[in-house]
Amino acid sequence: MAAKRKKFGSSSRHNLFAYGLLFPSFIFLTLFTFYPTLKSFQLSFYSGPMTRLQFSGMDQYKEVFSDEIFRKVILNNILFMIGTVPTSLFLAMYLAIWLNKKMAGSSLLRTSFFYPTIIPLIAVANIWLFIYTPQYGLLDNFLHLFGRGDTSWLGNPNTVMIAMIFMIIWKDTGFYMIFYLAGLQNLPRDVYEAAEIEGAKPFQMFRHITFPLLMPTTLFVMIVAITNSFKNVDHLYIMTKGGPDNASNLLLYHIYEAAFTNWDLGKAAVLTVVLIVIMLSITAFNYLYLDRKIHY
Amino acid sequence: MKKLNYGIIIILGIISFIPLLWVFITSFSPGNQVIKGGFPFWVSNPTLENYVKAWETAPFIQYYFNTFVIVFGVLIVQLITITLAAYAFARLNFKGKHVLFILFLLQLMIQPEILLFPNYQVISQLGLVNTKLAVMMPYWASAFGVFLMRQTFKQVPYDLDEASRIDGCKWYQTLWHVYIPSAKPTYIAFALVSVSHHWSNFMWPLIITDSVDSRPLTVGLALFAQSYETGAQWGMVAAGTVMVIMPLVIAFFIFQKQFVSSFMHSGIK
Repeated sequence: MAAKRKKFGSSSRHNLFAYGLLFPSFIFLTLFTFYPTLKSFQLSFYSGPMTRLQFSGMDQYKEVFSDEIFRKVILNNILFMIGTVPTSLFLAMYLAIWLNKKMAGSSLLRTSFFYPTIIPLIAVANIWLFIYTPQYGLLDNFLHLFGRGDTSWLGNPNTVMIAMIFMIIWKDTGFYMIFYLAGLQNLPRDVYEAAEIEGAKPFQMFRHITFPLLMPTTLFVMIVAITNSFKNVDHLYIMTKGGPDNASNLLLYHIYEAAFTNWDLGKAAVLTVVLIVIMLSITAFNYLYLDRKIHY
Repeated sequence: MKKLNYGIIIILGIISFIPLLWVFITSFSPGNQVIKGGFPFWVSNPTLENYVKAWETAPFIQYYFNTFVIVFGVLIVQLITITLAAYAFARLNFKGKHVLFILFLLQLMIQPEILLFPNYQVISQLGLVNTKLAVMMPYWASAFGVFLMRQTFKQVPYDLDEASRIDGCKWYQTLWHVYIPSAKPTYIAFALVSVSHHWSNFMWPLIITDSVDSRPLTVGLALFAQSYETGAQWGMVAAGTVMVIMPLVIAFFIFQKQFVSSFMHSGIK
């Protein structure tokens, strides 16, 4: 009996000790993750100014979902994701496979592909703004060589998204490449040797060995890339402000506009909830669906 | 086939390098040359005038100082919070461990970046709008860091932990003498990722700061660039951009291996 009590006493002290260690992290998680998440949900059902909030049920959701700009922004974000994710993943895998082999200059090339990762997106936006400037910009300068006239890459709703997508592919591919390089290092060598003895061609080896074995890397990088396509919007502030006519606007930037340019708090809360739900579904999809599929 | 692929990769490598080269060259070009045209990768009479003017127009020293304070202020507190939490998750058994772990996991999905709007409300309720503290605080807990350190601490042999206890070490002594030294590479990896991430951070400091005293470099650069959108001042904006990215680029070229392996490390679950 005494022994049992002693054990109980020490284990509850043990618990307290562990909670104490978690406490510092927990304060900031509560303040800046849990509370704001719940607050967004709550605010999304209330309208009016901060001091005189009134319960309005689903009204603000209805308003947002029937807003044409909102639909456009969501569509843009999906387009942006489709434009950036597969291409940069494919390029990253392609580069990694060839740069994994020892050859003169491969480390120089790796540097050239990786350095955009560490440059702040806002600085990237400054640089690419010059590149895309009509007439004087680097791109138009280059296209003049082929007799093409001036193009307003960022001023035209038809080209602005492509211009953004191209820039983000440039920025992120090198980052994804290093995950593939790491993945390639872990592939079993004997499988390739066996395949070579069997007389497999390089492309067959890629299709039947490399590609399937890199699947876990691909899925991991894909989740990172999809998340990035919703999270990184800094460049819009410098390059287009979401324009022209919302043609390049993305969800997080739209939240910024709603909350800090138009001071429409209810709308900002609804939009934040939408973004939170998107983020949670991406992760849920990853854990519940993909994680089960990749264990072969 | 092999030659073709390497050819493609070399061309892509050159394309990838061009933006950096170009902003660098433009930053040394006299103001009128950009408009006049000519070969964009050559400056016949390079000048430092753009840097001097940029330096005079915007308080870059203050911005540098702010960014340094913010980046290291975030890192130091993170190192403390993640070490303690990671130790608890790696080596202690306690009630609700699983639930707490999942709660931590939540921050990986709902990152502070997407909570711009509600976090602004929190900071304003705390009365901290327009302070460096406000820029740092949302990042003081790092679920990513906790997971990274937890994985590392788990690999420390439990015997070492027990031996140090038998020698009479208190838990913090064990942590300090056994766990922290053996996790040094992970700490370096985390530090590099954290510093470069917060050096680049933009949207959050943009909304939460409103004065020269608290604004980091990225926000300072954006405001500076916006006041000169015409081609004639390209040289100055390019100089400002180079000033912001140079510390990162130089650090990257010196510690390249470390950087690459750190970013790689950061992605392995």
